[in-house]
Amino acid sequence: MAEKEEDVKLLGFWASPFTRRVEMALKLKGVPYEYLEQDIVNKSPLLLQINPVYKKVPVLVHKGNILSESHVILEYIDQIWKNNPILPQDPYEKAMALFWAKFVDEQVGPVAFMSVAKAEKGVEVAIKEAQELFMFLEKEVTGKDFFGGKTIGFLDLVAGSMIPFCLARGWEGMGIDMIPEEKFPELNRWIKNLKEIEIVRECIPPREEQIEHMKKVVERIKSA
Amino acid sequence: MTEKEESVKLLGFWASPFSRRVEMALKLKGVPYEYLEEDLPNKTPLLLELNPLHKKVPVLVHNDKILLESHLILEYIDQIWKKNPILPQDPYEKAMARFWAKFIDEQILTLGFRSLVKAEKGREVAIEETREMLMFLEKEVTGKDFFGGKTIGFLDMIAGSMIPFCLARLWEGMGIDMIPGEKFPELNRWIKTLEEVEAVRGCIPPRDKQIERMTKIAETIRSA
Repeated sequence: MAEKEEDVKLLGFWASPFTRRVEMALKLKGVPYEYLEQDIVNKSPLLLQINPVYKKVPVLVHKGNILSESHVILEYIDQIWKNNPILPQDPYEKAMALFWAKFVDEQVGPVAFMSVAKAEKGVEVAIKEAQELFMFLEKEVTGKDFFGGKTIGFLDLVAGSMIPFCLARGWEGMGIDMIPEEKFPELNRWIKNLKEIEIVRECIPPREEQIEHMKKVVERIKSA
Repeated sequence: MTEKEESVKLLGFWASPFSRRVEMALKLKGVPYEYLEEDLPNKTPLLLELNPLHKKVPVLVHNDKILLESHLILEYIDQIWKKNPILPQDPYEKAMARFWAKFIDEQILTLGFRSLVKAEKGREVAIEETREMLMFLEKEVTGKDFFGGKTIGFLDMIAGSMIPFCLARLWEGMGIDMIPGEKFPELNRWIKTLEEVEAVRGCIPPRDKQIERMTKIAETIRSA
């Protein structure tokens, strides 16, 4: 059944990794969608109405179904559009993919960015703690083209949108080399593989603007 | 059908809502399991070996597979043991169940526990903020026996283990009537209905012991 563009709307923000990963999934599955860029500082009445609980992006609207929370949205997308599946079928493999995705967003993100920006125990300690977490991911992707195996999957979308195409721009602005090649050869190889995929490339926020944006985020974190 | 040699072990903690909800699911589906109580905070070598990343309960060991994170464990259980399904089949309904489950463990838990205990803007404000979030759940369960509909589901187990059988004990210890009948008739009705389900009744931590424990934790948070 052909999807009309009007059937799927995505409310998002250009610099948000949570938004970008949803776009990657929609593009991967060839789903036409209407993109509505949101001002996340001066939130639109639409956003407040459509996501009254969190008032955040991304929000996916599919034929009257309103979904928020990026992991929930990705799983929904995978169940509605069956081509190029992003989650494994096997219950255990699926649980592991979801587990690592949660780890990326809940541990890696905050520790590798917020804690480094705040540097309460000093930048060197913060970097070391962050690198300990990255080691888990380094192991997970060893010997594979992608976290998902031969093709990109759920965890690639979550980790890709978050690490190389968001946090890395923050690190650059702070002058930090968080995942050097000699310490993290597998992760670096994975990033190169990711960048070769066209639909991923289309969802990478523009580098300079994002470095600027992340610098501002760092300022906010420091002054909080 | 031949009985497979299934081995199911659950590492848990009597006062942990995350652990209790997994027990509810196993009991509901009639899955025999070996329960191993962790003497928190003295973590056993087994726990540290099975969950080196987070060092937390619950951990489910199914044959040789190790599952972590209560939501992921519940979804895994639902896929392996098909009797008495706890997640809806419909992708949107399933997404909504996941969304609200996340909301409970993140928003309700933070506001109704840590923020309430710290009461940085005063106790009344903290109570109001918690109640505002609980109103979303009040709406969700209106007109239904359970969040899952006619029978208990994923969201009932998460909300049940967290709210009436964990946070409510904290609130009681603090002398707070967080969800009074006149403000939250549906949630109160739901709690009564829940308490009548056998799979749930066996998984409620002993009241006085838990009030004592939650009160101690509150003290620790306040003096931190």
